[in-house]
Amino acid sequence: MINLASRDIAHGFGRYFLTSVGLGLLIGVTLSMAGIYRGMVDDAKALLESWQADVWVVQQHTLGPFAESSNLHDDVYRNLLGLPGVAETGNVTFLTMQVKQGESDVRVMISGFEPGRPGEPALLMAGRPLTRPHYEAIADVKTGFGLGDRIRIRRNEYTVVGLTRRMVSSSGDPMVFIPLKDAQQTQFLKDNEAIRNDRNRLAANPGLNRAGVPGLLDAVEANQFSNRNVNAVLVRVTPGWNPRVVADNIKRWKYLQAYTGEEMEEILVGKLIATAARQIAVFLVILALVSAAIVALIIYTMTISKIKEIAVLKLIGTRNTTIAGMILQEALGLGLIGFVIGKLLATLWGPHFPRHVVLLTEDAVRGFIVTVVICTIASVLGIRAALRVDPAAAIGG
Amino acid sequence: MKWKLFAAAGGVIVLFAAMVWFAFNRGPLAPVAVEMAAAQEADIASSVFGIGTVEARRSYAIGPIQAGRVLKVHVDHGDTVNAGQLLAEIDPVDLLERLKGAESMLDRTRNAVAVAEAQEREARSRHTVASANAARYRDLVQKNFVSREAAEVRASEASVTQAAVDGAQAALLAARGDVERAARDRDALRRQLANLRLTSPVDGVVVARDSEPGTTVVAGQAVVRVVDPRSLWVRARIDQSRAAALTIGLTAEIVLRSNQGEVLRGRVARVEIESDSVTEERIVAIAFAGTPPLSVGELAEVTIHRTRSTRGLVVPSAAVKRVNQQHGVWRVVDGRTRFHPVKIGVQTLDGMTEVLDGLKAGDRVIAYSSAQLREGMEVRIGKVS
Repeated sequence: MINLASRDIAHGFGRYFLTSVGLGLLIGVTLSMAGIYRGMVDDAKALLESWQADVWVVQQHTLGPFAESSNLHDDVYRNLLGLPGVAETGNVTFLTMQVKQGESDVRVMISGFEPGRPGEPALLMAGRPLTRPHYEAIADVKTGFGLGDRIRIRRNEYTVVGLTRRMVSSSGDPMVFIPLKDAQQTQFLKDNEAIRNDRNRLAANPGLNRAGVPGLLDAVEANQFSNRNVNAVLVRVTPGWNPRVVADNIKRWKYLQAYTGEEMEEILVGKLIATAARQIAVFLVILALVSAAIVALIIYTMTISKIKEIAVLKLIGTRNTTIAGMILQEALGLGLIGFVIGKLLATLWGPHFPRHVVLLTEDAVRGFIVTVVICTIASVLGIRAALRVDPAAAIGG
Repeated sequence: MKWKLFAAAGGVIVLFAAMVWFAFNRGPLAPVAVEMAAAQEADIASSVFGIGTVEARRSYAIGPIQAGRVLKVHVDHGDTVNAGQLLAEIDPVDLLERLKGAESMLDRTRNAVAVAEAQEREARSRHTVASANAARYRDLVQKNFVSREAAEVRASEASVTQAAVDGAQAALLAARGDVERAARDRDALRRQLANLRLTSPVDGVVVARDSEPGTTVVAGQAVVRVVDPRSLWVRARIDQSRAAALTIGLTAEIVLRSNQGEVLRGRVARVEIESDSVTEERIVAIAFAGTPPLSVGELAEVTIHRTRSTRGLVVPSAAVKRVNQQHGVWRVVDGRTRFHPVKIGVQTLDGMTEVLDGLKAGDRVIAYSSAQLREGMEVRIGKVS
């Protein structure tokens, strides 16, 4: 028994293959969309995994530091270290800003950390960790900065001494790590004009600039232009302690909000990228519908174009199941080639996306099953058309 | 027809093979790439880095000791001044008049002394006559030439004039005391006047002229500020975690923000005993080896070289990780990762960490990786990209 489908495909292979490529492009886009969502989740997880914080301590009644803003005093860690189960603490700050890179500028998230404490980027792919307490930076490779480059952040220049990867904020901005004290200055220090302006305002305030008290104005200025805040304190618990217990302890006694690592992941994944995830889900459904429609139309037109041959087949007594099988096999073949091309393309163009794209094997399997189902359903239209062909059409014309 | 069929089948197989290859080499199933580095013997130069500002060790805020109005300011910003040089004057208001008054008071008391002296002389001469008379009458009474009564009158006259002499002498002493007091009053006013002339206590440079003539200043408020330019140093803040074993005399390098290309030599001149407990920094003063630049308040980066360099085993600092509160390095055993605890020593500024225990020279450790490492992970040794 000869296989009708393979014969038919071989007959018009060029056209069939081009159609598959078209479908493959569509499947590639679909897989990439799913990959983008997976990438967002993965980025969030990679970020948290890199810090290995068991407990995140933030301002009371906030979902900080990513989902909401959070400010703590930077000596809070001393109180925390005194609590049972707390092994290590680290102050961190976060600030998203544009930094100049040659002629253009790049959007980055600046994170301040204390070298040797939690908050340090764990993974380096080149260079070295920070060894000086000021003016050095570790940049994510996605920022485009290389080792030895100088980054200007506000009024200071930082030398890139190390490169890390997979450290991006929830909105996809690559991160730049700088020493905490510099970051505090960056975050809260105003530009020089604003400082001078504020100084003049203070000097014009007769209550603060009093003739009989020469040092008062200086003291007020020093107080106004210094900053001792951080956005979060990362805590690592002593081995054997349950982070949940430590977090509850902090919440109860220190009047701060504390999240365990899992809760922070839930905030990052569940709250910050929830809208983006829904957006992508709707898009995926639309893409599936479009793919189904295209496969259906292609199979239908392919069937219509060989109406005469089908009539001849019927005339010579071919069974309906054979004809239906041929059309179904062609549809599945289209889907299979399309899927392989799509998967290949998604893998190839994945790294060129600005955000991290993760192509999970289970997503590919799911995509394959959906492709097969869609192709099967889409072939129904063609099969119906083929079965309704009158054998007499072969000779009647 | 047959070749077309084969071509089609072949094409599909190639595509499928490509997909599988990609999945295992580029996709999530690909092993983590790691870059290795060997532990090696090297010179370890332990140094610390900090930032600070150029400050004057000796800075003088020169102002009046009581409230007053500035009369004249003789120097301006940047002027070199000598010790004792007049810098500014405060309006004396009525002090000059009071000084004149004090002087005329002194003259008056001097005249009073002259009067008292004359009176004393007069009293003495009266007494001389009276006592001579009394002596004569005493002789005459013994010879019975005069009555006893007359002699007693003469004796009484002599003691009266003696009392007058004593009184005149006391008055003279009092007048002399008045002169002394008036002179002291005059000197005090002169001192006060001199105090209104603000002079430089040292050879130095004027760094600020804070008040202009006509301004009223309170006691202690600076009119002019002078620094000793040879006493400029950098007060640097060193993170407490790296501030161990800092002693006076260590060599240091200073880079000023205004001249980042040039490295100035310096020496630790003071390690302050009191740390800043809020910022957790130790304050260390570094004196310039050469002539200090005249720029007070400028930001400076300081690198202090702690000791002579020693030989030791080092690995790149990037290789040293902390897992479960323990320092260690990742090594590759049979293509899989293994965490290897080590004891670490100092970290150099160029990113090498001394290994005190746990590794020997030539041992290879993972320096860089393309993903977070976990125990027993399959890795591929090569370039991390």
